[in-house]
Amino acid sequence: MAGRLADALRDSWDSDLAWSFRHSPYAMVAAIVFAACVGTAVLAPWVAPHNPFDLAQLDLSNSLKPPMWIAGGDPSYPLGTDDQGRDILSTIFFGARISLEVGIAAVLFSMGLGVALGLLAGYVGGKTDAFIMRVADVQLSFPAILIALLIDGVARAVFPGAHDSMAFWVLVLSIGVSGWVQYARTVRGSTMVEKNKEYVQAARLFGIHPLAIMARHVLPNVLGPVLVIATIHIATAIITEATLSFLGVGVPATEPSLGTLIRIGNDFMFSGEWWVTLFPGLALVIMVLAINLLGDWLRDALNPRLR
Amino acid sequence: MRKGVSLCISALLAAMLVAAPGYAKTFRWASQGDILTFDPYAQNESFNNTFNAYVYESLVQYDKKFNVVPQLAVKWEQLGPTQWRFHLRPNVKFQEGEPFTADDVVFSVHRQLSKRSMTKAYLVGVVDAKKVDDLTVDLITDGPVPVLLRQLTDVRIMSKSWCEKHNVVDVQDYVAKEETYAVSHADGTGPYILKSREPDVKTVLEANPHWWGKLEGNVTEIVYTPIKSAATRTAALLSGEIDFVLDPPLQDLPKLKSDPNIKVIEGTESRTVFIGMDQKRDELLYSNVKGKNPFKDLRVRQAMYEAIDIEAIKRTLMRGLSIPTGELVTPQVYGYDVAANTRPPFSVAKAKVLLKQAGYPNGFEVTLDCPNDRYINDALICQALTSMWAKIGLKVKLDAMPKAQYFAKINKLDTSLYMLGWAVATFDAQDALINLVHTRDGKGDGEYNDGSYSNPKMDDLIDRMKVESDVPKRLALIHQALMLHTQDVAHIMLHQQIIPWAMRKNIVVTHSADNRLRMQWVHVN
Repeated sequence: MAGRLADALRDSWDSDLAWSFRHSPYAMVAAIVFAACVGTAVLAPWVAPHNPFDLAQLDLSNSLKPPMWIAGGDPSYPLGTDDQGRDILSTIFFGARISLEVGIAAVLFSMGLGVALGLLAGYVGGKTDAFIMRVADVQLSFPAILIALLIDGVARAVFPGAHDSMAFWVLVLSIGVSGWVQYARTVRGSTMVEKNKEYVQAARLFGIHPLAIMARHVLPNVLGPVLVIATIHIATAIITEATLSFLGVGVPATEPSLGTLIRIGNDFMFSGEWWVTLFPGLALVIMVLAINLLGDWLRDALNPRLR
Repeated sequence: MRKGVSLCISALLAAMLVAAPGYAKTFRWASQGDILTFDPYAQNESFNNTFNAYVYESLVQYDKKFNVVPQLAVKWEQLGPTQWRFHLRPNVKFQEGEPFTADDVVFSVHRQLSKRSMTKAYLVGVVDAKKVDDLTVDLITDGPVPVLLRQLTDVRIMSKSWCEKHNVVDVQDYVAKEETYAVSHADGTGPYILKSREPDVKTVLEANPHWWGKLEGNVTEIVYTPIKSAATRTAALLSGEIDFVLDPPLQDLPKLKSDPNIKVIEGTESRTVFIGMDQKRDELLYSNVKGKNPFKDLRVRQAMYEAIDIEAIKRTLMRGLSIPTGELVTPQVYGYDVAANTRPPFSVAKAKVLLKQAGYPNGFEVTLDCPNDRYINDALICQALTSMWAKIGLKVKLDAMPKAQYFAKINKLDTSLYMLGWAVATFDAQDALINLVHTRDGKGDGEYNDGSYSNPKMDDLIDRMKVESDVPKRLALIHQALMLHTQDVAHIMLHQQIIPWAMRKNIVVTHSADNRLRMQWVHVN
């Protein structure tokens, strides 16, 4: 048992992907940074010095404290506090958690929707294909942020009063729906190539149900590029979430995400309390950069022409 | 066609006027929220009233010291305890050309007293208006109305024929978000004409070349832009993109004051900001307490009051620019009583005990409604309140929204806990008492009593002060009512705002304790 596990580990260590990873220093750095982001976000309740979402812990007398290395700073608030007395560092941890949750959930949602529609369009062809792809074209002619804003607005109008508790899912839905087109287009292209290959025709001759062929035979062979898109899309989704929260339509003010924090800090741009906006901004940049670098590396590593 | 021609001519005239060298002065200004509506009776919000007063005039107005002086009425006399005669200004024309007559006054009074009007409180005591001749009107009251003239400063006169022509005889139903012609068009007798209106974007007014009066200031064009973001407002003023900010962000005041091109003038506002609670329903709309209403219990109201560290709010969020208060009205207002200005001392421990005695040892959940572009740092204060109340076990969810939606929501009583501010336009405490604490009766009393507080003793005191013409007796009644308000915790009082106005160095304005920027006194040098 242990031997087989070791073998499996060795196999994956020797695989092309791992080899490429080991020889790409920036991918390794990005992976470490991303792992650190995910780690602090997941472990936020345990590693953060304070719980900024617990309103009873907030105290106005701690508001707008500068970072600890500046005169007037307090070591228990290493990066200072915002106007409500929230610890910036802890809020970044908790805020990154929301950002990542929304980002990953939205990407899973777009991926599921996009891959399914792309497979269908590519495999069935004809009018179905034309319909799905024209819808995709129409959607592509709008910026993703507009679509996200539209869906968010509609959701708020449909569920008035409940939007605080639903804010998370509304965000996931609006960002998710605005991103499915890329997946659908990529998958449709690859599917059209794969469906004429011998193994698919053989499966058809056996009389296997088209849905089964799509899921079991075509899907695994078109997933490579999807993974690349998904990785980069996580970064885009996080940025979109931050933008929506910055515009004030994201998560509730009492549970700020990174975008909300940057917006709050924006009000203090002229008054010298730069830390409220700078640190959440930096955290956002670092997280998104790390994911983008990983995505770039994955794209190159999976591209047979670059090997 | 003829209208088109006359429009062209007036546009040309206006263009010539603007083009005249040394005469055209554009005044660009901003604050955080937009004008709610140009239907002058659809909302009673100071900022909205400020703006409507540029276009619409009243029978009487305030001078710089808040004395009542003539506007559309040149003189008036009291014919008896229930009859006032007003002699109207002759040769006044509305902006679209109709002559101003007694019919318009009668029409406006009736319109303002109609069901949907939110400004009925300014006509408290008035039962009818009667035309005597074209330039004479009698106001009939149901008894002596000691503050009638002060009330009339906010009774704006509309044109009867204009309202009939554009089908706006009925007041806009603001709560139902109705759109009417009068919401975005206006036809008053005032010094400025509404030129263009883009809600939430830009509103432009132009000097009325046919105005009967003479401007003391020199502004020929007003451009108003709501700018929600605090930093953007400051940046726009610093860069000279705008000339004046009504509500500069408090955190930016040191920077603004140190800029050689900017000046800041400060004064206390006749406004208190407070929290209201639904004290009528048997079960709150937005709470997890079922079958009873915790806010009916005085101990709960007191507990929430005691949990507020108002000094911390003053020190941090308000940067010192607030005066914590326990009384409904401010010292500038007639009837203010030092004795009623008491707050329970801040004590989390005592508040917890009170909650426990009231039967909520573990607190409860409730939603706090709050505007985010009305009062100074309104949403931030609400956020701070949620965390202060969390310390005594209340789980308060915050629902902050722009004032245009906010007032429509709370005016239809769709709230359990809300923030409101009240500036007393008449400078007489009766106005605040009628609007905020008298039982809501749909006839002008309790129009902004959105928590439906109701106390027969209070109603009795207010009803008596409305008609009491003996000055010391009336003052005693006001004092009793204000004291009762404090003792009852009818509202949880927060503070009085100190309002800084920030402007470019070349602007001269008259700072007003009611936070209304009166355009006829503005100079652009």
